[in-house]
Amino acid sequence: MALPSYASPLERTWYYSYRVICGLIFFFLVAPILVMIPLSFNAQPYFSYTTEMLTLQPEGYSLRWYEEFFNSSAWVTSIRNSVIIAFASTFLATCLGTLAALGLSRSHMPFRGLIMGLLISPMIVPLIISAAGMFFFYSQIGLAQTFPGVILAHTALGTPFVVITVTATLTGFDHTLTRASASLGAPPQTTFFKVILPLITPGVISGALFAFITSFDEVVIVLFVAGVEQRTIPREMWSGIREQISPTILAVATILVLISIALLTVLELLRRRNERMRGLSPS
Amino acid sequence: MKKLALTTTALAAGALLGVANAGDAQATDLTVVSWGGAYTESQVRAYHEPYMELNPDINIINDDSSANALAGLRAQSQAGNVTWDLVDMLPSDAQLACDEGLIMPIDHDEVLAEAPDGTPASEDFLPGSLGECFIPQIVYSTVMTFNNEMFPDDNQPNTIEDFFNVDDFPGRRAIQNRPAANLEWALYADGVAIDDIYDELETEEGVERAFAKLDTIKEHLVFWSEGAQAPQLLADKEVAFATGYNGRMFNAAEVEGQPFSIIWDGQIVEWDGWVVPEGGNNVDVVMEYLHWATDTQRLADQAKFISYGPARASSADLVGEHADLGIDMGPHMPTHPDNYQSPILLNNDFWTDYGDELRERFNNWMLQ
Amino acid sequence: MAQAQAHSGPMVTADGVPLKTSLRRAERRRKITAFMLVVPLLAFILLTFIAPIGDMLWRSVDNPAIINTLPNTVTALEDWDGEELPPEEAFAAMVEDLRVGQENRSIGQVGIRLNYEMSGARSLFSRTARNADSLEPPYKEALLDAHRRWGDVETWRLIKREGRPYTASYYLSAVDMRYADDGSVAMQPENQRIYVALFMRTLALSLAITVLTLLLGFPIAYLLATLPLRYSNLLMIMVLLPFWTSLLVRTTAWIVLLQQQGVINDLLVAVGLIGDDGRLTMMHNWIGTIVAMTHILLPFMVLPLYSVMKTIPPSYQRAARSLGANPFVAFVRVYLPQTVSGIGAGAILVFIISIGYYITPALVGGQSGQLISNLIADHMQRTLNWGLAAALGSILLGGVLILYWLYNRIVGIDNMKLG
Repeated sequence: MALPSYASPLERTWYYSYRVICGLIFFFLVAPILVMIPLSFNAQPYFSYTTEMLTLQPEGYSLRWYEEFFNSSAWVTSIRNSVIIAFASTFLATCLGTLAALGLSRSHMPFRGLIMGLLISPMIVPLIISAAGMFFFYSQIGLAQTFPGVILAHTALGTPFVVITVTATLTGFDHTLTRASASLGAPPQTTFFKVILPLITPGVISGALFAFITSFDEVVIVLFVAGVEQRTIPREMWSGIREQISPTILAVATILVLISIALLTVLELLRRRNERMRGLSPS
Repeated sequence: MKKLALTTTALAAGALLGVANAGDAQATDLTVVSWGGAYTESQVRAYHEPYMELNPDINIINDDSSANALAGLRAQSQAGNVTWDLVDMLPSDAQLACDEGLIMPIDHDEVLAEAPDGTPASEDFLPGSLGECFIPQIVYSTVMTFNNEMFPDDNQPNTIEDFFNVDDFPGRRAIQNRPAANLEWALYADGVAIDDIYDELETEEGVERAFAKLDTIKEHLVFWSEGAQAPQLLADKEVAFATGYNGRMFNAAEVEGQPFSIIWDGQIVEWDGWVVPEGGNNVDVVMEYLHWATDTQRLADQAKFISYGPARASSADLVGEHADLGIDMGPHMPTHPDNYQSPILLNNDFWTDYGDELRERFNNWMLQ
Repeated sequence: MAQAQAHSGPMVTADGVPLKTSLRRAERRRKITAFMLVVPLLAFILLTFIAPIGDMLWRSVDNPAIINTLPNTVTALEDWDGEELPPEEAFAAMVEDLRVGQENRSIGQVGIRLNYEMSGARSLFSRTARNADSLEPPYKEALLDAHRRWGDVETWRLIKREGRPYTASYYLSAVDMRYADDGSVAMQPENQRIYVALFMRTLALSLAITVLTLLLGFPIAYLLATLPLRYSNLLMIMVLLPFWTSLLVRTTAWIVLLQQQGVINDLLVAVGLIGDDGRLTMMHNWIGTIVAMTHILLPFMVLPLYSVMKTIPPSYQRAARSLGANPFVAFVRVYLPQTVSGIGAGAILVFIISIGYYITPALVGGQSGQLISNLIADHMQRTLNWGLAAALGSILLGGVLILYWLYNRIVGIDNMKLG
């Protein structure tokens, strides 16, 4: 992509203006998220940069909104709820999804297309429709406004990600390894735990991460299916934004951005590890 | 296999539920549904906190879902899983819920405390405020409010007519996304006398006239749905005017120091109160709570925190100063003589009869 | 092979079973094992996800209120021709039903249901039912006295029509149509047509968002695909960070930027481009919806484009240039056609996601930025017309499934890449 030395002036102009355009687009992608972070340290209850902040005076900044966040029982409860719901649904989704992916990746799977379609449907159906259906159905069977109800709903939303990532890992999977293991006398469960699982672990973990973030970030289902006792962080943010925007919301948002950066890093490391392992395998 | 999967799911779900509830002790949790923001705050301080202090085994959880109370009651009743114990709602919605059997009829003199002088509850509550299933707490009003900073000092609005005058008073306006109050104001601003507003609205021409008046400002309108949004929009200067509940506007202006002024002209006065969902798990506990929380002193106490008038005649004399600010609450009440010059009393019978039709029409009008 | 078998008989395994049978059996066993692995999730999804969707579809046609609460009236109206007011028996049956309905408080449901079709039906039923006990025969006159609308043939036709256990009227409402007085299907009056326009607006805004994400996504995807890996990996993080950041956080960020006292307006005022009283209105209208959703969905365009562009060898373009094409022609004639599958995948993905979007338009869209999802939520929570919400939802679902089928044709489910 480097500019060749024989480029004409027109090409040169285009080359640099193209870079500038790309820079602006990247700026559009990242700037909104970054602009918000300093505002969460605003000493004033406003959403705009004060003169003190712009001149970098220490009294323009404070941690009061973080204090408010950690001292508010509603927010703290919502953290607990989010964690319970996200971990429980991630666990269920990962177990169910990994098993199914193992089945789907076998060459003998009957009705594969249809089943795959059904299994990933929670990812395709617009959330508002899923939420409406779940609201009707879960109300009738007594699951609405309960923890199991929200957990089951989030599990359903998370499984497609696990199925897809684990299936993708298994497509590069060398099946001679299981045959080798079996021929050496290992029973199926030993083969699974000692041979298959270590190899597909990166896929399982990245699927689990997707399932986790899906649940952790989900608000539409929670709006319809959850009651006041199952309020999650996004649900509190939703009513905060609709009712009174205080910089507390920005403090929460900043914490969530840090969490996503952490998740992103883990995922990137996994991807590299996976590539290394693929590189080693004989295929 | 399917059965096995079901059992496994049920077991996992059960285990999770166990985890989720492990933290709570033996206390009875009461879920009280209300409007959120400054209003819930006033109930917490006047009713919930003192009551929990007197009854340590009771734990009150607040749910800010009153804006969708009717939908929630229907869903819970249909599911046979009523999780709300007490709901704060408007009398017109309460009448509908009562007709549908979603909430319990209340024997007022049996459930409610009598006045200190022995007057039975049914006579102590202000005339016409009690409903078959409805126990009023407050009289509130929907008022027009503006942000002083949005207009020059020598040209501040002070009537409903000014709200409809976009030439002299430019800026966006926030109104609630329902027809009640808005149609009344449209006719009032169009010159209809207060006493004739509902007669006029019963005719097709009157409704046309109201919508035509609203059309003149439509491009300047923003719609809000929950009570707390109105002062927020006004404080952020997203709008110059906002309609809203007088107590929240009081709170924003006096407690938070926002530069708001209330236009008491044409204030729309209505009741608000409690209903008890049918089929709840804690009906006896709730009734005990209600007996205490709607007595003369408690209703007067709520007025220490928010500028809504108590629904009992015997509470009126007990209303004093704001608990934190120490200012006299009298002049901030919708019923204070200075403010009560030209009130419009919201006609619930009218809205029960014509509400559906007008709501539908209003929704369509908003979207067009 | 066939001849060899003819000589020695069918091939058998060590324990004497013909090889073909044994293989078939092994095959079946493997099929069963594979299937068994999938069954738990399949059962789970059917129960927790497909069943609710089915419930919603069912509700869009289910119509139990009238037939359950007014059984006598429905029976009495069976043979009525609908020309003039029904006979006395129908009125008597109605009074009977009203009494029972008032007793067990089910009459409210009828009022609510019929009110969707005829304004004022709710008060007609609740008022009459409250006094049903005091009505005396002849009931025809008693009811006509109680409320004038009992004298409208239209009221009775409506009861007869909606007395069936299933109805198409929710779907008719969802496309701005209704049953006319004579039972034929007609358009709604002009001032009540909103849903078709709203579907159109949803499609238009989604299309605008798709085009914008393509315009913004294409250049950076191209840059990412052509830069050396160590630079592109770094830049990729700038695409992935928004992708992994909470939706509500990103929406909050846009509120901070777009509101009247927000960062953009402050900046414009500070620079002197606009006056303090001329602050731009960028939120609570369709601009807010488009800007915020373009930002939120941009990664969904960049990632598929990138994964396609990554596979295009740069030598093709170089070959075109060495054969005399100028850079522009080389790009348009040689490179662009190879990215079509990526453009298709990204565009359909963004479009599918945006036509079902709810949260962002609800928070920053105001009235002119509302999409069909917002109206579904509104009917779910505020107007409580669940049948209509279900019908609108079913139509939206149908649209999404068609688009998804297209996506599957172009990309294939198995090639869906994440992150």
